[in-house]
Amino acid sequence: MSDNNNHVEVKDVTFYRGKRKIYDGLNVAFPRGKITAIMGPSGTGKTTLLRMIGGQLKADSGEVLVDGSNVGTMSRGDLFELRKNKMGMLFQTSGLFTDLNVFDNVAFPLRTHTDLPDDMIRDLVLMKLEAVGLRGARDLFPAELSGGMVRRVALARSIAMDPELIMYDEPFTGLDPISMGMILRLIRGLNEALGLTSLLVSHDVEESCQIADYLCIVSGGKVIGFGTPDELRNGDNAEVRQFLNGDPDGPVPFHYPADDYRADLFAGEA
Amino acid sequence: MLKHVRSLGQVGVQSIQSIGRAGMLFTQSVTWGGPGSAGFLDLIRQIHSVGVRSLSIIIVAGFFVGMVLALQGYNILVKFGSVSALGTMVSLTLLRELGPVLAALLFAGRAGSALTAEIGLMKATEQLSAMEMMGVDPLKRVITPRLWAGVISVPILALLFSTVGIWGGAFVAVDMLGLYDGAYWSNMANTVEFYEDVVQGLIKAAVFGVVVTWIAVYQGYDAAPTSEGIGKATTQTVVISSLAILGLDFMLTAVMLGGV
Repeated sequence: MSDNNNHVEVKDVTFYRGKRKIYDGLNVAFPRGKITAIMGPSGTGKTTLLRMIGGQLKADSGEVLVDGSNVGTMSRGDLFELRKNKMGMLFQTSGLFTDLNVFDNVAFPLRTHTDLPDDMIRDLVLMKLEAVGLRGARDLFPAELSGGMVRRVALARSIAMDPELIMYDEPFTGLDPISMGMILRLIRGLNEALGLTSLLVSHDVEESCQIADYLCIVSGGKVIGFGTPDELRNGDNAEVRQFLNGDPDGPVPFHYPADDYRADLFAGEA
Repeated sequence: MLKHVRSLGQVGVQSIQSIGRAGMLFTQSVTWGGPGSAGFLDLIRQIHSVGVRSLSIIIVAGFFVGMVLALQGYNILVKFGSVSALGTMVSLTLLRELGPVLAALLFAGRAGSALTAEIGLMKATEQLSAMEMMGVDPLKRVITPRLWAGVISVPILALLFSTVGIWGGAFVAVDMLGLYDGAYWSNMANTVEFYEDVVQGLIKAAVFGVVVTWIAVYQGYDAAPTSEGIGKATTQTVVISSLAILGLDFMLTAVMLGGV
C-alpha cells in the first residue's frame, strides 16, 4: 500500500509524445495537504504530468497512484468516479462553458452529479462564488469577464464538489499583478481552509516560492530537485539554482545544440 | 521516389487510424447513459439548434427546386404531349432523390459545419477537458445529444423539402404555365406509393442524417485545437459529408431499385 502521507505517487513513469521521450523513469511523490509547485523549463511536460495524474493521458510504462489506486489501469467508470469526487483541475484557459453564465458554470458539476434541490444548489454556488469574491458577477457570461475573473470562476467551479486534490495548470499566466495577488491568496487560502493537496504548474518562480510548501523541479524527463524553496535555493544542484535564479546560461545551455559556429559560417562559402 | 511511396503509405495508415477513431467515437456516443450523461432537454435543445434553425434554408431551397423541376419537366414533357405526368415526375424526383440528397447536403453545410466548429472550439478552449476532469464524459454529454439530434432532424427536413418542392412545382405548373390542377395532383396521387417512394426516401434521409452528423461531430472532436485546425475540420466536414451523401445515394438507390 502507499505511504499515507503521499496523496499522489508517480513511480518509474515513461511517457512518449510521438517519438519524443518526455519522461524517462520519473519518480516523485506529492505530500497530502501541501502545496507543491511543479516547475521547470518550457516543454518539459509539466502539464503532461498533471494530465497523467488526472488520467487524461496514460503513461507508456510505470504507475501513477492517486490515493493508492493506479489511475492508468482504472476502468473508465472508476476514473470518472474518482475525478467527480476527489479531483479538481484548473486549466490554463480555464475551460469555462461559454454558453452558460457564471452561476450556471459553477452549478454545472453540482447539477450533474447530485440530486440536491435547486435552493440548496443556489446556496452552495453562492458560497463558492463568495469565496472567490465574485458573488456579484453571477449573471455575467464568460465573455464579459476579465482574465483574472475568468480564472476565479473556474477556481470556484473546480472546488464545487469539494475535491481533496486540486491541480492548477499555469494559474498566473497573463494576469495583472492585482489579479495575480488574488489568485495567490486564493490558492493559499483554499489550501489552508479545506486541507487540500494542491499541485501547481508554473514558471513564475517568485510567486510559486511565496505560496508553495515544496518545489518540484523537472527537467530532461526527470525530477532534478524536490524540497522546500529554501532547501533548493541553497542546495548544491547547479541546474536547480540556475532555474530558480533565472540565469540565461549555465547547465541548461543558451544555445540549442549545433555544429561549431565558425565552421558553420564558413560552410556557406563552399 | 521512396519518399513519395512512404508518404503515400503514411496517408493510408492515417486514414485507417482516423476511421478507427471515428468508429470508436460512434460506438461510445451512440448510446445514452454513463458519467454525467445528457438529458432529454439537451436533445430538444440540439434538435432546435441543428433542425429547427435549418428550416428556413430547407423551405426556401425546396420551393425553388420544385419550381425549377416543374419548369424543366414541362418543357420536356410538352414535346411528347404528356404534360399530365408532370405532377408524378416532380413528386417522384423529389421524394426519391432530391429531397433526401439536397436536404442532407444543405444540412451538412448549414448544421454540420456549425457542429464541427462548435465542438472543435470547445476542445480548443479546454471545455471538453474541463468537463472530463469534473467527472463528466464529454462523449455522453456533448456528442450523444448532437448525434441524435441530427439523426432525428434530417428525415424530417427531407420530408419538408419534398413537400414544399411539390407545392413549388404546382405553383409553376398550375398557376404560371396553366396546367389543369386536377392532372397535376390526381396523377401524383395515383402513382406515388407510400412504401416504395415516401418510406424509401425517408430511409435514405435517415442514413444521410447518421453519416453527416457522425462526420461532423467526429471532425470537431478530432480537430487540432488551433484556429487553423478548426478551419480545416469544418471544411473537411462539408467536403467529406457531401461526397459521402452522393456516394451512399447511389448505393442505396441501387439496393432499393434492385437493379444492380
